[in-house]
Amino acid sequence: MAQVTTGERKSIFSLFNFIALIVLGVGVYLTYLRFTGGLASVTNLSDYNPWGIWISFDLLCGVALAAGGYVTSSAVYLFGMKQYHSAVRPAILTGFLGYALVFLAINYDVGRPWRLPYPLVVQQGTTSVLFEVGLCVATYLTVLFIEFSPAAMEWLGLKRARNIPIYFFVTSIVAGLSMVIFESTLSHRFFAYKMDETHLKEASGVTLGFGKAASYVLAGYFAIKVLGISAENHWHYLKTGYGTWYLVELLGFVALPSLLYAFGVRTKSLTLIKFTSVLAILGVILNRFNISLVAFNWQLPAGERYFPHWMEIGISVFIVMIGLLLYRFIATRMPILYEHPDYKDAH
Amino acid sequence: MSISRRKFLGWVGAAGLSTTIGKPAAAATNQEFAGYPDSFAILHDTTLCVGCRSCEAACNKVNDLPQPDQPFTDLSVLETPRRTTTKAFTVVNKHDSLKKPGHPVFYKKQCNHCLEPACASACFVRAFSKTKTGAVVYDASVCVGCRYCMIACPFEIPTYEYDQALTPRIRKCTMCHPRVIEGQLPGCVEACPMEALSFGKREDMIKIARERFRKYPDRYVDHIYGEHEMGGTSWLYVSGTPFKELGMREDLGTTPAPELTAGALSSVPIIVGLWPVLLAGIYAVSKRKEKIAQTEQEQAAASALDADRSEPSQPEEES
Amino acid sequence: MDPIFYTLQDFMTHTESVTYLLVIATLIGMTVFWWFLTGKDKD
Repeated sequence: MAQVTTGERKSIFSLFNFIALIVLGVGVYLTYLRFTGGLASVTNLSDYNPWGIWISFDLLCGVALAAGGYVTSSAVYLFGMKQYHSAVRPAILTGFLGYALVFLAINYDVGRPWRLPYPLVVQQGTTSVLFEVGLCVATYLTVLFIEFSPAAMEWLGLKRARNIPIYFFVTSIVAGLSMVIFESTLSHRFFAYKMDETHLKEASGVTLGFGKAASYVLAGYFAIKVLGISAENHWHYLKTGYGTWYLVELLGFVALPSLLYAFGVRTKSLTLIKFTSVLAILGVILNRFNISLVAFNWQLPAGERYFPHWMEIGISVFIVMIGLLLYRFIATRMPILYEHPDYKDAH
Repeated sequence: MSISRRKFLGWVGAAGLSTTIGKPAAAATNQEFAGYPDSFAILHDTTLCVGCRSCEAACNKVNDLPQPDQPFTDLSVLETPRRTTTKAFTVVNKHDSLKKPGHPVFYKKQCNHCLEPACASACFVRAFSKTKTGAVVYDASVCVGCRYCMIACPFEIPTYEYDQALTPRIRKCTMCHPRVIEGQLPGCVEACPMEALSFGKREDMIKIARERFRKYPDRYVDHIYGEHEMGGTSWLYVSGTPFKELGMREDLGTTPAPELTAGALSSVPIIVGLWPVLLAGIYAVSKRKEKIAQTEQEQAAASALDADRSEPSQPEEES
Repeated sequence: MDPIFYTLQDFMTHTESVTYLLVIATLIGMTVFWWFLTGKDKD
């Protein structure tokens, strides 16, 4: 972790910093608008469309993409795949930040954010599916925080709160695996100087292994989708406009990444795998948009259909930017991409 | 990935449940929930409604809502279909009758006050409750403003104060709950000049509707909308034209909303019970593998050492 | 004595509340039981 900050990296960062500054400035202003003028002043939400991209994009995407945390940690701690150990901390950090930002986005979306603990402490609506989801998210966020805390603790020089059992691991595995590959690509591009030897040595193995897993999971997902059409005899829907869109999604963003991952793994082409991870992530995002914007309000008259206001998108970008900056702040300071010298072999 | 986490949980739970319990929550009790006895209902006879908007004006008055841009006497607003808003808890819409062109049908739209409200089932702070008078009432003092009730409502009734920065509320018809418990009629029922609205015990309202079907069979479609829709509602409708032509959904089925989510919810216990076992099992197996590998390594090292000692002249074999 | 429920909604609120309490107890219980089960194991 020597400070080999080259001139090239500096210039990239200063351009990035400039963009970040603009995004943050606009974001703060939009935040001011939201909390003085209400949702009507920054969103296109209506009584027909109570939920918009803050729910569909931020929540669905954030949660899916943050899934890397549990996929990686369960692979290492649960299935004993020690060769991926160096990927655990970055993945958990991404997962934790992802969920934390989802939570931040919810604060913009709900009417009275300070009441968010109400379902837990004031009055429990136990029949609500949202109550169940909220409990799961809260539990998972806690677990991620506890899993992440060793890094923070080591940074602060504290020794407690380490080595925690892993609980939650559910769906969105493709997103999780692809995100780990994508995120490790970016980290290598920008934070290589922060990585220790173990991390660099294991990195290509992580990429190959995760690419293999993602390929097979995608193949399984493709099978589920096709069998699903068959089971409900929806073949005739494929001929409609939405059906074509569905096919684009299924072939271009499920079947194609699965095959590309497979070729990448067979030819040991890290470049191809990294490229595919971007494609797979785009596929997940596209799918979330499709569901929330196309599928959700197709029965409404055209005039009542929802399309996000630019300020809604602005706040989403603002929140993603906060995530990037936090990741950079933490990865350059805490032992994420390398093992802390004082705590080596303690995992 | 269109499989949501919840759906996935549902599958996992369903797979386990169907073999163990195999019954939804309601069926497991042998109990029938018929709603509060003697609760009230309102019967809206669309064949009597003339679209005068008196009910809208009365609703506006008793709920202290802001004055609309156009006065209630202006009937031209009926030309465009409207929905409930934060400023109008009820709206009357005009529909052309296919059977008798030139004789429009009017249909008053407001919260139907379900016997098993979807909004109450969806709310994670229990801000909605079905009262024993029949009204579904909303408590703004606990509401977080997540708007899930609006998503859940099959009739798209709840509205939200999007222009309120910090104190937005859900707004909808209260079936004049405050007036009813004081012994008064709901505002709209009291104001209706045509007696298109009748208020009384729900059973009586159903009887009245059936009586009208019997007396004037040519005048009505033989169906009381709301008797069974979504498990039944406290607003009942009779009509001379198919309800679909009035823009009312006929695809809702008769299953009450809470039952629809019972499957997803019942997956929780199964997951909580089984997953620790499953995860601990996988963990134990991988630990065991590791241990065996370690022991084998040690044994190999030890035997190499033994071989080393017994035959010192042999060259060393590394494993 | 069982409370009387007039609506499925009230009934489910009641049963789900009890279930969720048991869920929390189970999660804690399973963890503690795992410790008890493996407490004497040597690493």
